Amino acid sequence: MAVAEQPSTTGNVAKIEKKIQGESLWSDSWRRLRRNRLALMGGIIIIGAVLIAIFASLIAPFPYDKQTLSDANSAPMWVINLFPTMKAQGEPGGYVKVSDLYFLGADNLGRDLFSRIIYGSRISLAVAFIGPLFSIVVGMIVGLIAGYTGGKTDNLLMRAVDLMYAFPTTLFVILLLAIFRGGASEAPQGSFIYTMSLIDRQMGGLLFVFIGIGLTSWMGMARLVRGQVLSVREKEYIEAAKSLGARNRSVVVRHIMPNILGPIIIAETLTIPTYISYEAFLSFIGLGVNPPTPSWGSMISEGAQRITSYPNQALFPAMALFLVMFAFNFLGDGLRDALDPRMRGSD
Amino acid sequence: MAKFIFRRILWMILVLFLVSVITFGMMHAVPGGPFSREKPLPAATVALLNAKYHLDEPLFVQYLYYVGDIVVPRITLERTPPSQSENYLIDIDLPDIFGEEAHFKWVNFGPTYTSRSRTVNDIFRENLPNSVQLGIAALCVSLAIGMPLGVFTALKRNTRWDYAGMSVAIIGVSVPVIISAPLMQYLFGVQWKILPVTGWGTPAHVILPAFALGFVNSALIARLTRASLLQVLNEDFIRTARAKGLAERRVISLHALKNSLIPVVTILGPLAAALLTGTFVVETVFSVPGMGRYFITSIRARDYPVIMGTVLLYAAVLIIANLVVDLIYAWIDPRIRYD
Repeated sequence: MAVAEQPSTTGNVAKIEKKIQGESLWSDSWRRLRRNRLALMGGIIIIGAVLIAIFASLIAPFPYDKQTLSDANSAPMWVINLFPTMKAQGEPGGYVKVSDLYFLGADNLGRDLFSRIIYGSRISLAVAFIGPLFSIVVGMIVGLIAGYTGGKTDNLLMRAVDLMYAFPTTLFVILLLAIFRGGASEAPQGSFIYTMSLIDRQMGGLLFVFIGIGLTSWMGMARLVRGQVLSVREKEYIEAAKSLGARNRSVVVRHIMPNILGPIIIAETLTIPTYISYEAFLSFIGLGVNPPTPSWGSMISEGAQRITSYPNQALFPAMALFLVMFAFNFLGDGLRDALDPRMRGSD
Repeated sequence: MAKFIFRRILWMILVLFLVSVITFGMMHAVPGGPFSREKPLPAATVALLNAKYHLDEPLFVQYLYYVGDIVVPRITLERTPPSQSENYLIDIDLPDIFGEEAHFKWVNFGPTYTSRSRTVNDIFRENLPNSVQLGIAALCVSLAIGMPLGVFTALKRNTRWDYAGMSVAIIGVSVPVIISAPLMQYLFGVQWKILPVTGWGTPAHVILPAFALGFVNSALIARLTRASLLQVLNEDFIRTARAKGLAERRVISLHALKNSLIPVVTILGPLAAALLTGTFVVETVFSVPGMGRYFITSIRARDYPVIMGTVLLYAAVLIIANLVVDLIYAWIDPRIRYD
């Protein structure tokens, strides 16, 4: 147990310990995580959502962009009963076309809501898993360099981080998205803007969303990494590695990075919901993924315009978004408690 | 302290300068101007329009024109006919010793390209107060729910109340504005018909948007208040206060609460930013005639001066908010010294 409580074991040492004692930092954490029911539930929801996203084309009964205009705004009976303000055609004052073809109803273009929500999970999960990479890569590099070299470089990089913190980054991302997308059609072929927007279009609009996430989130990661590096830099095992003649790069990669990984994983997991809601926000204001690719954000935005007559069109995608954010929040909390029990209850 | 404020104001000017340069540069980096439409205008008209708005000058000259109109105050002695280029946000009638029609004029954000008579200042005057009202109401909501909930759960730590309260908070964190806005709109506006669904103008119209906007942040504040109060309650000075026989109520209200506020104050800066972006969503959902909704439409119309003006305004608001937060910080915690 004494070994397990030591949060600093390098990758190699951990492997040896596993053989001898069968109790590493990770297996101990895993045991703690398993005991946390809410976190486990979050994990199960996420695994389920990942499976749904991967097998979307098998699960979804319709293609996400198939329009049947004659079925526009139709809904099955159980949905109409669920929302008391919806009135089926035939009743006095009824206006909703009843159609049991669509499990959750159809939108104003006659596209199946259920299928679109299923395909929409791809966007949210892509953001959840790839978004952190952008922030980790940039934040890691800046933080490692600043923390390890120290001195002038450190000062300069940290002032840059301060400056970025003062910047209204969200406004910039909105500008960037609006301006690049708007002007891309007129940009000459082969130019930087043209190429960027071409890649962006092939990714369904996700490239700029990722860039936006990276731009807004790397500073916090850089500060965290730098702080962690500063705290382990003077430890004896680093000195030992250096005195054995390890080069700077190998000290950083093999000795510092594995030891600061825990807090970084915790911080990133706790920020994933922020990324998900950020994408939903961008899609809501029409700057996220390109239509007709469904994103929960854009579905909520379209549905909200008709909320008085067809609440199902906004509230079902909102429900899906809530479930996934909720799952990541609970899993993140659980991971924090499991990886670093001292931090329990703090935030 | 004075030195600190001075340094922060210099920092603020530097940031605003960078914001303006980058925004300006980005807007002009992409081909196509405000007058390139699907149905092209005659070349002569475009040339005239470009000349009118100085769009035919080199970029840095355009930039200087723009910044000059905002930053440089001017005094006019004669009566000027009201026009797009003569619309100043600050327009003070000077005493008559300077002349009958002497006016002190400052801050002109320029005309909008989408209207012949309106200016960016007009838009600010009409829409900004609505957004500010909404933002302040939402801030009050998030503090009024978040802080008591945080204090309550901290005092009842590890009881059923604590777990219930924190579960509510973690669910609240998972409900961003984009979910809370349509959900509350449906429940309170459509289904129970207690509050107006959309619109603006009466106090009843403020309630739903303010709660939808403040909800997520109240959950964040609750978690933060709880964590920080728990930490403070373990400090030595609390033990001292108890040891000298103070009533528990006084220990909490006099010694613990003020010190536990420090981390809460620090997130007020980011909170202001979150409220700001939240207004984009809330104003769209509830049809509030505020700046957020206008910002989105102006981006789509590529209305440069409106985009520039709004970004600069928001940047200034955020930076000032951060400065105020730092000052409150020093006031709450005398251990913090800025020099």
